[in-house]
Amino acid sequence: MNRQADNGRNGARCGAICCTRIINLGVTRGQYEILRGVNLHIHCGELTAVIGGNGAGKTTLLKAIVGEIPYSGELIYLDEKETRASGPVIGYVPQKFDFDRSSPISVFDFFASFLSNKPVWLVRSKKLREEILQSLSRVGAQHLIDRKLGALSGGELQRVLLALALDPVPNLLLLDEPVSGIDHSGLRMFYKLVSDLRRQFDLSIILVSHDLGMVEKYADRVIFVNNKTVELCGTPEEVFSNGGVAELFGLNLRSRGKGTQC
Amino acid sequence: MLTEIYRLIDTVLPFDWASHIFMKNALIGVLLIAPIFGLMGTMVVSNRMAFFSDALGHSALTGIAIGVIINIGQPLWAMILFSILLTVAIISVKKANTASTDTVIGVFSSTAVALGVVLLSLRGGFAKYTAYLIGDLLSIDSYDLLLLAATFVIVIALWLLIFNKLLAVSFNPSLARSRGIRCVVYDTLFMLIVAVTVTVSIRWVGVLIINSLLVLPAAASRNIARNTRQYSLFSVAIALISGLAGLILSFYLGTASGATIVLITAFFFAVTFVIRPAAR
Repeated sequence: MNRQADNGRNGARCGAICCTRIINLGVTRGQYEILRGVNLHIHCGELTAVIGGNGAGKTTLLKAIVGEIPYSGELIYLDEKETRASGPVIGYVPQKFDFDRSSPISVFDFFASFLSNKPVWLVRSKKLREEILQSLSRVGAQHLIDRKLGALSGGELQRVLLALALDPVPNLLLLDEPVSGIDHSGLRMFYKLVSDLRRQFDLSIILVSHDLGMVEKYADRVIFVNNKTVELCGTPEEVFSNGGVAELFGLNLRSRGKGTQC
Repeated sequence: MLTEIYRLIDTVLPFDWASHIFMKNALIGVLLIAPIFGLMGTMVVSNRMAFFSDALGHSALTGIAIGVIINIGQPLWAMILFSILLTVAIISVKKANTASTDTVIGVFSSTAVALGVVLLSLRGGFAKYTAYLIGDLLSIDSYDLLLLAATFVIVIALWLLIFNKLLAVSFNPSLARSRGIRCVVYDTLFMLIVAVTVTVSIRWVGVLIINSLLVLPAAASRNIARNTRQYSLFSVAIALISGLAGLILSFYLGTASGATIVLITAFFFAVTFVIRPAAR
C-alpha cells in the first residue's frame, strides 16, 4: 500500500519544513464504509483543494482529520526535523454553520467563547477586544465585531469563521466551503484571501471546493475523491484533464488521464 | 443567619406582605430561583432545548411517584435521581440517532408523565399530589431555602466556569471539536444542571409552569438584547422583577404565586416584542 500521493514537485520541501501525512485512512459509520485507503501528503505553504461529487466523503475526510469522527489508519504530523510532532494546531471552517440566527450573540461573543475563559455573559475585557479586532483585521472584518452573528451575510460569516480558524495561527487549516449562500465576487475575494494567507503564514491548507474555476486559479494541488477514496491527485491541469473528473463536472475533455494515481 | 436575613427584610421592606415568615421565605426563594432560571434560560432557548426542559418538568411526576412508593420521607432525592436517569437516557438515545431529538424527548416525556400518573393514582389518591402541578412558593421552609441556596451557588459557579465552553459548543460541534472542546462533556453537564435545577424547584413552581419560568425571561430578553451579556443580564432582570412583582401580587390577589409570576414574564415578553428593534 505504498501509493502515497506525492507529485514530486514539493517532495523535497516536505521534510524540510513540515508536513501532514495521512496513511491508509478509512471511515466507517455503522454499516456504511464512507472512506477507505486514503493516502495523502499535505505540504506547508500549499493549498490543496478537495473535489468530488455530492456525498463522496469530502466533509467526512475533514471531520476525521479534525478528530470529530473516529477513523482507522494513521495521521502523522512531521516537524522540520522529520520527527513526529504531536497535536498540531488545526484551524477549521465547517461547511454548515447551523446556529440559531435570531440569538443575540455578537461576533465578539463568538470569538470570546473560544478564546477566553472569562465568562462572556459577565466580563467584556478591553484587552480581549483588541485581540479579537486584530484577528478580524486579518480578513478585513474589524467592522463586524459588534454585529449580531445571525445578521451577517454568507460571505461575511465565512470571513469571520476564517478569522477564528486563524487564531491561533494553525499548522493545518481545513476549509469546508459552503455549497450556497455566497455570491461569486464574495467567493473570489475568499479564495484570494486564503491564497494570500497561505503565503503569509506558510500554512498547509485543505480546502473542500465546489468551484472548479477557483480551484484552477488558486489551488497548488487537487485531490479527487471518488468511490470512497482519493482516486487522483496532482496539479489542477492534471486532475481536470482526467476523463472521470471531466465527466462528473461536465468539463470539456482536453486529454486523458494524466492525473497521478493516489 | 436566617433570622438576620429576616431582620434585614423587615428593615428594607417594611410592608404588610413582607411581615409574614412564609412570605419572607418565599421572597428569599424567589431571589434564589429567578436569577438561575434567567441565566439558564438563555442557553436553553439558544440551544432549542425548551422541549427538553419541559419534558424534565413533566417527568418529575414519575420521580415523585417513585419517591412515594419506596416511601422515603422526601421524594426530592428520588426525583433528582430520576431526572438524571432520564437525562442520561435521552442523551444516549439521541446519540444513537434513530429519530429527531424532539421525537426522542417526546417519547421519554410522555412515557414518564403517564408512568407518574399511573403510579400516583394507584390507590386512587392522585388528588393529594396536585400541589406538585401548580406548585406552592408559600410553603418554602428554612430547610428548602438551604437546598435552594446550594443549588444557586452551584449553578452560578458552573456558569462562571463553563459558560464560554457551552456557548462555543452551541454554535457547531465540529468547530468546537477542532478547538479541543469535548462537546459530549459540556452538553451532558449542561443538561444535568438544567435537570437538577428544574427538579429542585418544581415543588414551589409547579410541573405545569416551570418551563415558562425558564423560557419566558430569556425569550423576552432576546427581543431587545444585542449581545450575550445583555441577553443574560436582561433575562435575569426580567426574571427577578417578575418574581418579586408576581409574589407580591399573588399575596394581595390570593392567586397561585408561580402562575402569577409567569403571567408577568409573559407581559414582559409582549412589551419587548413590541418595542424590539426592527429585525435586520
